[in-house]
Amino acid sequence: MNVIVCMKQTFDTEAKITLTDGKINEEGVQWIINPYDEYAIEEALKIKEATEGTVTVVTIGPARVEEAVRTALAMGADDAVIVDDPAAFGDEFTAAEVLAAVIRTRTYDVILAGNQAVDDGSSQVAVRLAQLLDVPHVSTITKLTFDGAVAVAERDAEGDTEVVEVKLPALFTAQQGLNEPRYPSLLGIRKASKKPVEHVTVAGIGLAENAIAKRVAVTETFIPAQKGAGRILTGDTPERVRELVRELRQTSKVI
Amino acid sequence: MDFDLSNEQSMIRDMVREFATAEIEPLAQEVDRTGRFPIETFRKMGKLGLLGLPIDEAYGGAGADTVSYALAVEEIGRACGSTGLSYAAHVSLGCGPLQAFGTVEQKETYLVPLARGEALGSFGLTEPSAGSDAGGTQTRAKRVDDAYFITGSKCYITNASYAKCVIVTAVTGEDSRGKKQIGAFIVPTDSDGFAILRTYEKMGLRGSDTTELAFDEVRIPLGNRLGSETEGFKQFLKTLDGGRISIGALSVGIARAAYEAALRYAKERVQFGHSLSKMQAIQFKLADMAMHLELARTAVLRAAWLKDQGRSFSKEAAMAKLFASETCVRTCDQAVQIHGGAGYVSDFPVERYFRDAKLMEIGEGTSEIQRLVIARQIGC
Ligand SMILES: Cc1cc2nc3c(=O)[nH]c(=O)nc-3n(C[C@H](O)[C@H](O)[C@H](O)COP(=O)(O)OP(=O)(O)OC[C@H]3O[C@@H](n4cnc5c(N)ncnc54)[C@H](O)[C@@H]3O)c2cc1C
Ligand SMILES: Cc1cc2nc3c(=O)[nH]c(=O)nc-3n(C[C@H](O)[C@H](O)[C@H](O)COP(=O)(O)OP(=O)(O)OC[C@H]3O[C@@H](n4cnc5c(N)ncnc54)[C@H](O)[C@@H]3O)c2cc1C
Repeated sequence: MNVIVCMKQTFDTEAKITLTDGKINEEGVQWIINPYDEYAIEEALKIKEATEGTVTVVTIGPARVEEAVRTALAMGADDAVIVDDPAAFGDEFTAAEVLAAVIRTRTYDVILAGNQAVDDGSSQVAVRLAQLLDVPHVSTITKLTFDGAVAVAERDAEGDTEVVEVKLPALFTAQQGLNEPRYPSLLGIRKASKKPVEHVTVAGIGLAENAIAKRVAVTETFIPAQKGAGRILTGDTPERVRELVRELRQTSKVI
Repeated sequence: MDFDLSNEQSMIRDMVREFATAEIEPLAQEVDRTGRFPIETFRKMGKLGLLGLPIDEAYGGAGADTVSYALAVEEIGRACGSTGLSYAAHVSLGCGPLQAFGTVEQKETYLVPLARGEALGSFGLTEPSAGSDAGGTQTRAKRVDDAYFITGSKCYITNASYAKCVIVTAVTGEDSRGKKQIGAFIVPTDSDGFAILRTYEKMGLRGSDTTELAFDEVRIPLGNRLGSETEGFKQFLKTLDGGRISIGALSVGIARAAYEAALRYAKERVQFGHSLSKMQAIQFKLADMAMHLELARTAVLRAAWLKDQGRSFSKEAAMAKLFASETCVRTCDQAVQIHGGAGYVSDFPVERYFRDAKLMEIGEGTSEIQRLVIARQIGC
């Protein structure tokens, strides 16, 4: 089976986020593969090993993403496509359109992605992609098996497990618990630099820049205020409710 | 001049760092307390190809360079000094001589399983009467037809309990001026007459395996001689040159663990109304630690780079090992000091780092011997 993995390079989860002129500062930040995408890569490699298929990694991002791509190749992916054209850097809509244009021309049985990226946390891109490609999707899966051209996925449903069957080709997004991602082996690392990586532009995949321009405008970016000490309300219930409403109206101004 | 690591080097460092943090560091305290050798860690390292990191691909290794190897030793040593020593001894002392001096047949038989991680490598040079002065070697290899019979003893030998063969130096005869000639032999550990007399209790690096070996007329076929009868001396000098890079890297790793712990503690611990890190006396200690660490790492990587370029590196390796090991001991000492009473008790890891550090100034040539090597190199 041939598997395509959508991967995003994100900030290290331990990175300290700072702003410069209202923009997130990327200086000196450690970059990693989005942790949920690591589960997707691992699952893809397991499918490859069980079925003698191939694994292709697709990513959107600037030159620095090559490092994450090489790590995925070192883990065992076969080849990769990097869309490093700034015209492809937009919002979830843009990303899904770009990924769809890259993937549409390829043959695949399975598309795997993380269930969300830890930076923007939108959980939208992969699901939009499935819609654009007109393939079924199952999100936040914790187990994936195959029975011929049918996939059986278990998904995390708020503490319960839902078992879903879909016909291939299909898209799945990975949840923690799906597997234990491997470390790239030394030989894998050494081979990674020789594996094919294709760099493509928006025009090169047949998209018009203005047709995929982002639909969301970011009006402000800010760091959440430091969480202060909590306050426990006292008194009888009506008193506590009155006090809570007053706090919500006057102190935190949420209502 | 270019101080950047290549993509491959930084990927190897990152992979080993992640592996060491997740799989090695959590065992470090237990391994130190109990003196248990963490064999499961070596199985995992074998699977990842770490045990054959700088060994040729043709012999089961990953064919990476010495710079990558030094980076890997630093990361493993940062997580656990004991594991770092066992690893460095396996690669530099166990695999190193086979890779450098072995015949194709010897490499196929003995190097391949080491590079694949099926057994650990071990190197026996030190004897009760031959430590710094290998000229005092008394173990003898007597030639009878197409075999040698080895008799003698070795002390402080790392990894022998987990090795399928030990590379052993022994006196093969005397030259015309009466000077001892020394050869090196690959001794399978299941040979008749080979015995591990004991494993030592140690001050630090307690999770590494340090053994005393005895040889009683151990019969070794001619094909197990490494190089000629008289090349043993030259060979182990070369082996130790390479080994010094790894002990330098291990020193940097242990020192970094101590420095990071001290910096963290200094930021958290409040006395006299300030965190320790706001006190100039403590800041100066931390600044010195950071500086020495940076210089030590640079020296180690430069020696490794020279080796990779095929240039001579004896002087640089001795300097890097000497500076890094003394940095390591000083840094660990200061890390204990910054922790105060907490540094002296085993609730915190710095007392372990301090005990582990001391071997860095002794193994693979003491600090005094490094100074002798450097002095000779600068023309004294
Ligand atoms: C944990 C551990 C692991 C080891 N692993 C191995 C191993 O795998 N294989 C192996 O072969 N060996 C191994 N060794 C042995 C190690 O290499 C020796 O301990 C070291 O070389 C010092 O030799 P020595 O102990 O005989 O000390 P000595 O040579 O007796 O030295 C004692 C002191 O005298 C000083 N000294 C000696 N000669 C001079 C001189 N000419 N000028 C000035 N000062 C001098 C030394 O610097 C030292 O301070 C290991 C040792 C330890 C503790
Ligand atoms: C084995 C052992 C036995 C002990 N027995 C006893 C006992 O019987 N009774 C008892 O009461 N205590 C005992 N102690 C505690 C001991 O006296 C303290 O550990 C010691 O006074 C240091 O205090 P601390 O550990 O809190 O370190 P801290 O005071 O936190 O000091 C940490 C570091 O910061 C430095 N530092 C602190 N303040 C400053 C400053 N203003 N400027 C510059 N540097 C500064 C210190 O010198 C040290 O290097 C014992 C400790 C040990 C380890």
